[in-house]
Amino acid sequence: MATRHDTAAPPAEGGAAPGRPPADPVSLEKERRRRDRLSRRWQRDIRWSPYAFVSPFFLLFVAFGLFPLIYTGWASLHQVELTAPTDMNWVGLRNYTRIFDDEFFWNAAKNTLTIGIISTVPQLLMAMGIAHLLNYKLRASTFFRVAMLAPYATSIAAASLVFVLLFGRDYGMINWALDMVGINPVDWQNDKWYSQIAVSTIIIWRWTGYNTLIYLAAMQAIPQDLYESAALDGANRWQQFIHVTLPALRPTILFTCVVSTIGASQVFGEPLLFDANQGTSGGAEHQFQTLGLYLYEQGWVAHHLGRASAIAWTMFLFLIVIGIVNYVISRRLRASS
Amino acid sequence: MRARIRTARKAMVLAAAASLGAGLLAGCADDGKDNGSDSPSGDSGGKTTISVGLFGTMGFKEAGLYAEYEKLNPNIKIAENSVQRNENYYPALLNHLTTNSGLLDVQAVEVANIAEVTATQADKLEDMSKASGVDKSKWLDWKWQQATTKDGKTIGLGTDVGPMAICYRTDLFKQAGLPTDPAEVGKLWAGDWAKLVDAGERYKSKAPKGTFFMDSPGGLIQAILGSEKEKFYDASGKVIYKTNPAVKAAFDLTAEAAEKGLVQSQTQFQPGWNSSIANNKFATIACPPWMLGTIKGYSKPDAAGKWAVAEAPKGGNWGGTFLTVPKSGKNVKEAQKFVTWLTAPEQQAKLFKVQASFPSAPSTYTMPEVTGATNEMTGDQKIGPIFAEAAKAAPVQVIGPKDQIIMQGLTDNGVILVTKGKSAEEAWDSAVKTIDNKLDQ
Repeated sequence: MATRHDTAAPPAEGGAAPGRPPADPVSLEKERRRRDRLSRRWQRDIRWSPYAFVSPFFLLFVAFGLFPLIYTGWASLHQVELTAPTDMNWVGLRNYTRIFDDEFFWNAAKNTLTIGIISTVPQLLMAMGIAHLLNYKLRASTFFRVAMLAPYATSIAAASLVFVLLFGRDYGMINWALDMVGINPVDWQNDKWYSQIAVSTIIIWRWTGYNTLIYLAAMQAIPQDLYESAALDGANRWQQFIHVTLPALRPTILFTCVVSTIGASQVFGEPLLFDANQGTSGGAEHQFQTLGLYLYEQGWVAHHLGRASAIAWTMFLFLIVIGIVNYVISRRLRASS
Repeated sequence: MRARIRTARKAMVLAAAASLGAGLLAGCADDGKDNGSDSPSGDSGGKTTISVGLFGTMGFKEAGLYAEYEKLNPNIKIAENSVQRNENYYPALLNHLTTNSGLLDVQAVEVANIAEVTATQADKLEDMSKASGVDKSKWLDWKWQQATTKDGKTIGLGTDVGPMAICYRTDLFKQAGLPTDPAEVGKLWAGDWAKLVDAGERYKSKAPKGTFFMDSPGGLIQAILGSEKEKFYDASGKVIYKTNPAVKAAFDLTAEAAEKGLVQSQTQFQPGWNSSIANNKFATIACPPWMLGTIKGYSKPDAAGKWAVAEAPKGGNWGGTFLTVPKSGKNVKEAQKFVTWLTAPEQQAKLFKVQASFPSAPSTYTMPEVTGATNEMTGDQKIGPIFAEAAKAAPVQVIGPKDQIIMQGLTDNGVILVTKGKSAEEAWDSAVKTIDNKLDQ
């Protein structure tokens, strides 16, 4: 009898050579099913695991982002007080319609806009200039770059309190310095424009370094050859900046503009702490009350949750409009380049 | 080898994930019961910890009262958690009360907020009149009433009150040719706030250069209104601040003083005002006892002993606190016992001696701790009797839920503007607009 492999008797269970695959159809079938199962599991894994990985953010977002957003929207349609948040009175859109003739709201909106402009424009221009300077080869450049971030790392409360002292009318250092050169003391807290400039100064001081680093990072990504060839063509430093650096930075500039605009529309801490009354009214005549402050005042000082929610949603709509405008501009820019 | 590294890494990732998860869970689970205080409430080492939520420096700890209570009750530990400013403390407290979570065993409430808490949150707080050992008659009647609901529940026990006097700088008064003896100074303006303004004009005519008669318009209007029985609300709870002639009169008198340059253009408790204390820029200040502590805090050492206390034109009250026990606290019974002890007359007297927080228990006014008390800023003058007189003369004031908002509007958005050159009418309009916008639901 031939001793062919396939007809040979299978080795005894626990035999010396168990390495061979089992040949009987039952165990083959088992193996196939096992592989199928594994492959299905693998496929499920490929398909669903990413969702599991990103879910922590979205679960948190639903709990702490989406729910408050919806709840705020719901509350904005009611008359509801912080002292009894479950006691809601349906008033429809009244909280929104009253915003139209709420002079405090429009005053705050105007202040937000002017403070936003006074703080954002010089801030970005300065950041651009400083980044350009830091982009040169200099000694201890890392030190200067890190130092730029120091104001950003400072607590907003500490910074504002120091600025309040600096801008003090009677005993402030700035008025003292102005007095030295023969300029009359300025009432930084009570004059409309001076107070807004003072608040903007705090914002500029805090955020310039942050934007500088963003610009610097973008500048370092510009290929050196461009500058070399520009230099060969006889372009001086200034021309290089205008014709090489700026065009290459366009997306970065747009990014900083968007971020700064959003930041400016939510300015809150600086005017709150700058207020001589440490209240939420932004000065005795609301001269530097921003929308953020007004919202806080309605919600947490006056306890009108419904009104505050309506203001929050109106601000949200403003931001969406700003976002759309930004999107349109950036598309134009991309099309033109 | 590689496998081992891999398992090690896996273990590390797992550990990291587990600790993160545990941290999140822990963060959610104990819903702020210990709320920032560094020692946990509840049982620790067999001891019961009573957590106390306060604002500012209320002085219980400084006066050694916690240590004393812990000695009397060896199984008790007291953990204080104090927020510096009531403006920050109160919204958080209100939040915790409305959600009925995150409350400490004892929570302090300022007098400007007590009406709102009494009216809207009474069901979350223990009725302290039912706690054993609490005797209503020990408190000034009006103090007791302020924390009592319409249906007779008393949600907080009074600690201190703020009977008002006028503190003045004897050296500046002397230079301006005014009397310096407290009794004579009191006579200058006895019975009428307008006479205080007249005294201010006398002061101004011979005043040392660069000084003002009074510290701030806000302080003046606060003092005048503190001596009124009805200010912002009438007894039925209606807002009457706009039509109440007393409020308008107080506003106009303050505006007049501001127009005449008698009050300094400052807002109280702000950096500029603080520096003006250090620089001796004003001669008088409306002065509840606790104000002496504020003055001491900002004065330079050479100002000690230069102040004196005279009676105010009319008796009034400014400030004062209540201690409440939330029902959802962990140690309600122990907390009630503690609050009862802490607000008993003996302890209030001790507090006055150390912290100048004036007792709300009239029986203390004859105790040596009160009658014999002197203050570093006022030298040898015995200040207790003057404040005791003021406390007895203070009217039973109608306080309303939004007193703080209305007062803040009148001062910060009102009279202060007169010192900046606005007319009294413009300042009044600005204040009314601001207040109405905040009252309008």
